[in-house]
Amino acid sequence: MKTTVQEILDQYQDSGRDSLIPILQNVQEKLGFLSEESVIEVSKFLKMPASKIFGVATFYNQFRFNQPGKYHVQVCRGTACHVLGSATVLEEVEKHLKVKAGQTTKDKLFSLEVVACIGACGLAPVISINGEFHAKVSTDTIKGIFDDYKNREE
Amino acid sequence: MNLTIEVNNNILTANQGDTILDALNQNGLSVPTLCHMKGLLPTGACRMCVVEVEGRKNLVTACSEPVLDGMKIKTHSGRVIESRKTIVELLLSNHPDDCLYCERNGSCELQDLAEDLHIRERRISGQKNKYKLDVSSASIVRDPAKCILCGRCVRVCEEIEGVSAIDFVGRGSKTFIDTFFNHGLNLSTCVNCGQCIMVCPTGALKEKDHICEIKDMLSDPEKTVVVQYAPSISVSLAEEFGLASGKNMVGVLNAALRRMGFNFVFDTSFSADLTIMEEASELVHRVTTGGTLPMITSCCPGWVKYAEEFQHDMIDNLSTCKSPQQMMGAIIKSYFAETESISPENIYSVSVMPCTAKKFEQQREEMSHNGISDVDAVLTTRELARMIRLYGIDIAKLEPELADSPLGTRSSAGKIFGTSGGVMEAAIRSAHYFITGKEMVKFQVKGVRGLEGRKEAKIKIGDLDVGVAVVSGLKNAEILMEEIRNGRKDIHFIEVMACPGGCINGGGQLIGTDDEAVKARMLSLYDIDEKDAIKVSHKNPYIVELYDKFLGKPLGHKSHHLLHTHYQKRFVN
Repeated sequence: MKTTVQEILDQYQDSGRDSLIPILQNVQEKLGFLSEESVIEVSKFLKMPASKIFGVATFYNQFRFNQPGKYHVQVCRGTACHVLGSATVLEEVEKHLKVKAGQTTKDKLFSLEVVACIGACGLAPVISINGEFHAKVSTDTIKGIFDDYKNREE
Repeated sequence: MNLTIEVNNNILTANQGDTILDALNQNGLSVPTLCHMKGLLPTGACRMCVVEVEGRKNLVTACSEPVLDGMKIKTHSGRVIESRKTIVELLLSNHPDDCLYCERNGSCELQDLAEDLHIRERRISGQKNKYKLDVSSASIVRDPAKCILCGRCVRVCEEIEGVSAIDFVGRGSKTFIDTFFNHGLNLSTCVNCGQCIMVCPTGALKEKDHICEIKDMLSDPEKTVVVQYAPSISVSLAEEFGLASGKNMVGVLNAALRRMGFNFVFDTSFSADLTIMEEASELVHRVTTGGTLPMITSCCPGWVKYAEEFQHDMIDNLSTCKSPQQMMGAIIKSYFAETESISPENIYSVSVMPCTAKKFEQQREEMSHNGISDVDAVLTTRELARMIRLYGIDIAKLEPELADSPLGTRSSAGKIFGTSGGVMEAAIRSAHYFITGKEMVKFQVKGVRGLEGRKEAKIKIGDLDVGVAVVSGLKNAEILMEEIRNGRKDIHFIEVMACPGGCINGGGQLIGTDDEAVKARMLSLYDIDEKDAIKVSHKNPYIVELYDKFLGKPLGHKSHHLLHTHYQKRFVN
């Protein structure tokens, strides 16, 4: 059985280092994130040190290194949201979920990502959970929002 | 000299194809640099070396800009100095600022630049860096908070050593240097060579401290504290005490170690002789019985770990001999313990090495017997110098002394281990005797001497034509291994050292070690060899005695138990 990553690498048979970013993008698309094992496989394939690939991947915001949770939480840190207090919102979400941006909760339910702008400035400050937008979020409403998702699981 | 340039209103000549920095240096001028590394391609990242070039709107980096005919350059105009000063001020703005508590207080390039540029006020104050110390490695401690992101460690690790254990991680103001998935050095490909420490301008990289424990042991009346020092140590200390590079200080070194309280002082060159007895015998055995060839040396713990990680299909090619440090350790806790009637548990065995990888080697599981480590602690040359100062020893006033007998007497073959090519030359001298029963007419093996990264020679031993290769810097080893894998058959014996030029340029040597110092140390070792009466390991009377009284014969049962080891494939990233 070929691994998902090997199947992706098969499409890049004659490629070199210049294909690194597209390969990583493909891997993330299929796995939802860049796992250690997948980066190691890519490193062997491209004959590139794994530390180097990790360095390249961490340069870009788009790559994740943790398995996304069942609910993927995006906190908007765009200009309009910033002006209306998204820094506090992010802090509160991190406190509530007990994870930092880029991480996934231990129960694998929520993963947290910071995004630049999700184009809903009228609703600022806004967070999106699996594509569902929650408008005008404040420190008071955060618990309720997440409780709602937790309740769906029970 | 085919270009004419004007520098600070003086007409100078320069070579086509050189950078501005090269041209300035050749004319005896200098500009400060941080990210620049001699011999490697420039990155122009730190911008310390900026100069003003007439007709150019922006300042240009001297390290990366080719010099052109007729260029008019100002190296120290007001604008240039102001710019350099701002760069240093910005670097200091998020720096921990704990110079008094820093390992590199007094040998820090950032400190020097701040001093040279006369920075006397905190004009810019930024948020301080906060990172966790990486203390995971047995050899090297990383403090990313002190890192100024010059990238020299990353480049030496990749381009000289071919290891790439570390790289830039993240982006912008959040960039820092780290290992694969932030796992720490112990789980990375790091081979502990310490070349990153040698190139680090600040205290972001340093060796793991063993001084504290040794200090305690020296004042413990229950313990017999013995010390051994590597062949290169005696020629690598001079700069620390304001003497000319390369000066052999072996006599005062013995005296200084005794003043500190070490009960017995031994010379690792003795066990280097022992290594040669075993290794040359192993080579002869392999050559005459059709064993795995080429045989590759295993004295360098950086190389050994590298081979276990990256060249594991060649593990059978590695000599099974332990390194001299570990052979000495094993002999101290067996033969020496027996003859002195001291229980091995009460012996605390210290080694002084030009090397950080030795700290890792000492902790390897295979390097102990019945749960007792053969070597208990390892000091780098830097730590030794620090201890000499700590114990208030005035080197200038010490009378030279001899090392203790019998493990302190060496041949000069053991001494030249300290330089790239030395192990090879010493092994050839003894292998020649073992094969032909006669000594070489001339002991010098010129083809393997020198500081080049790769040397090859053909040597006639009796009827045999032996092909030998000597490489230093693991990138060079990688290239050679690839050639062997691709079918090269003309090489029978290979010496590999992780550090360019060998132990005299090791990762545990004094900060500021430059090409000239390394060359002086090499010449000093060969000078010792030239002047010594006993030039071959098998003629060291104490080695002969050790085999007679204790070991039996090379590759014998006892040797196998105490002096040989095995290797394992390692999976790291």
